[in-house]
Amino acid sequence: MSTRPRTAVATKSRPSTASGRSTPDAQPVVLPADRERLTGFYRQMMLIRRFEERAARAYTQALIGGYCHLNLGEEAAVVGLMSALRPSDYLFTNYREHGYAITRGIHPNRVMAELYGRSDGVSKGWGGSMHMFDLEKRMLGGYGIVGGQIPLATGAALAIDYRDGDEIVLCTMGDGTTNIGAFHESLNIAALWNLPIVYVIINNRLGMATTVDRASAEPDLYKRASAYRMASDRVDGLDPVAVFEAAQRAVAMARSGKPFLLEVVTERLRGHSVVDPAKYRSDEEMALVTERDPVHTFAAMLVADGLLDEQELAKIDAEATLQATEAAAFAENSPFPDVSTLFDYTYATPVANDSHRLPGQPLFEPAPIPDYGVNR
Amino acid sequence: MSIMTYRQALHDTLRSEMLRDENVFLMGEEIGLFEGAYKITAGMLDEFGEKRVRDTSIAEEGFTGAAIGAAMLGLRPVVEIMTINFSLLALDQIVNHAAKIYGMFGGQARVPLVIRTPGGGGQQLGATHSQNIELFYAFVPGMKVVAPSTPADAKALLIAAIRDDDPVLFLENLSLYNVKGEVPDGDVPAEIGKAAVTRTGRDITLIGYSRMAHVAFQVAQQLAESDGLDIEVIDLRSLRPLDRETVVESVKKTHAAVILEDDWLTYGIGAEIAATISDGAFDYLDAPVRRVAMAEVPLPYSKPLETAALPSAEDVIGAIRQTLDAVGRRRYPMGEKS
Repeated sequence: MSTRPRTAVATKSRPSTASGRSTPDAQPVVLPADRERLTGFYRQMMLIRRFEERAARAYTQALIGGYCHLNLGEEAAVVGLMSALRPSDYLFTNYREHGYAITRGIHPNRVMAELYGRSDGVSKGWGGSMHMFDLEKRMLGGYGIVGGQIPLATGAALAIDYRDGDEIVLCTMGDGTTNIGAFHESLNIAALWNLPIVYVIINNRLGMATTVDRASAEPDLYKRASAYRMASDRVDGLDPVAVFEAAQRAVAMARSGKPFLLEVVTERLRGHSVVDPAKYRSDEEMALVTERDPVHTFAAMLVADGLLDEQELAKIDAEATLQATEAAAFAENSPFPDVSTLFDYTYATPVANDSHRLPGQPLFEPAPIPDYGVNR
Repeated sequence: MSIMTYRQALHDTLRSEMLRDENVFLMGEEIGLFEGAYKITAGMLDEFGEKRVRDTSIAEEGFTGAAIGAAMLGLRPVVEIMTINFSLLALDQIVNHAAKIYGMFGGQARVPLVIRTPGGGGQQLGATHSQNIELFYAFVPGMKVVAPSTPADAKALLIAAIRDDDPVLFLENLSLYNVKGEVPDGDVPAEIGKAAVTRTGRDITLIGYSRMAHVAFQVAQQLAESDGLDIEVIDLRSLRPLDRETVVESVKKTHAAVILEDDWLTYGIGAEIAATISDGAFDYLDAPVRRVAMAEVPLPYSKPLETAALPSAEDVIGAIRQTLDAVGRRRYPMGEKS
């Protein structure tokens, strides 16, 4: 891993951008949008940051169970991608999805309540950290099985195409997912049928502890699209503006009926999940990762470009912290689902002989013991 | 009412459901140009076009998963998986996704999906193409699994499956496609989750599904004529949910049961039926519950070996006679018969 100069625009330089689309090193940043958009990006990134830190704390307090994978380090990627979507577009993602849920417009309270397993949770407490779903915001699921969301997202794009709709599907996945069969089968189908979908690889360079180099025979993951004659691109995932611009191009292509594969190179600031101390990463590596922290570098850029001052940054931070705190309080006060609802969601269409038996109950009420006349 | 084959009943039902609802469409390998490996979809590409009769690449996980995703957006895909053996390649999408999505997201998304697929051995297709692994799907809450044995049920259950908002695995059988039977006119769906008593009797209960429900009915007719036996036959029709009540009520009346299954005995569907009888009719049994099931081997290619491994009508008749002998010894220990 090479070091790089630490300048305000350096976030542009990190991945080798094979497409040549990203701004080369040392050129001034060309701002594509106004102050409001950029400060909006920062506000959303900071909200993810503070929300995830609050979630990690709640997890260590045993208020959150199961697995808990955080978007820390991926804030720029999440915000850049989500900003390129219309409200009517669909999102399928994986189990590292709290930030996507919030940025898609689901209230942080409902996301936190889901983490706490409460009835006000976005999936009513049935999904947990890995399975957030909201039809209204068209977030059609976090999915816990690596690669499981990819065929589903492809099918959603098929449904859009079937109805001649103008929505698109954006489907995110981790770098490790590109080795699973479902990835290849789905890209093949999407390319054959010209489906309106953008596949996004969030490449944080680690599948748990296994690096891309050790898992993928073609470590330039965006190149895998070429096997399906699909257009692709790679972008610096630590720069929300670069991600936004690349995502806009990808989304436009999908909307024209051509699937697209976008690789977003990012960083994982913590372990694979909250309980992973990531001892397999060296102190030197972690120092570099910390130095590249996308929230901090974007803040520095905004200050350097005169878009925000330190006081405004602090205000945004305070607001995000307050939202995260409020979310935790809301979650803690939300009731657990009533146990009487246990059998409410097995089937959408009620069906004869659906079992409502609890573990200790017999299948049939015990029959009276026959009277053989022995005790007379 | 008309007489037609199981194959024709499936074909006609798919066609009429597609005419009724434009959200219904077909996906699968070789269902269009080739007209289906078993010709269920003959003529349908010509009639409905490529949008609604979609030939897929050989990628069961990909296209089954895509059907699930399309169903989440309100379409009603009917997927054909060429044989149930190949469904193993889609197991993750079926078990971890189709069966989970409604519950896992708190009831926010429905998966109105039908997976049609034939099971069955006896065609000398060897170990990987002759399995009966419907149990894998019947094991999973969230799935519905139906297994019609007659042309009439093929129609009524397929209508029900297509109109149902949950994922339904629709089990067909290679040896049933040419079976003929009466099929009612109209489009009345069957009730999923309900077994059918296809023949009433007092001496013993035979329980089966798919091909073995057909065999059970034939054996009962044969033994009525040859031995004057009065045999009750239950066609389970639905493997999940399972109609335990119908099974138990029958055994309470006949006091004896033989279970017929084309799958392997150990951990098979029959084990669940036997446990049900034990739970619900223990005090009524006059003989141990007997199971007739496939030999526990990967099914061989060579005909004599294949035939030996698969349950036959003769195997069923033998099991019935032995069970009735046991009943006789218990009911009439002194050898008297009144």
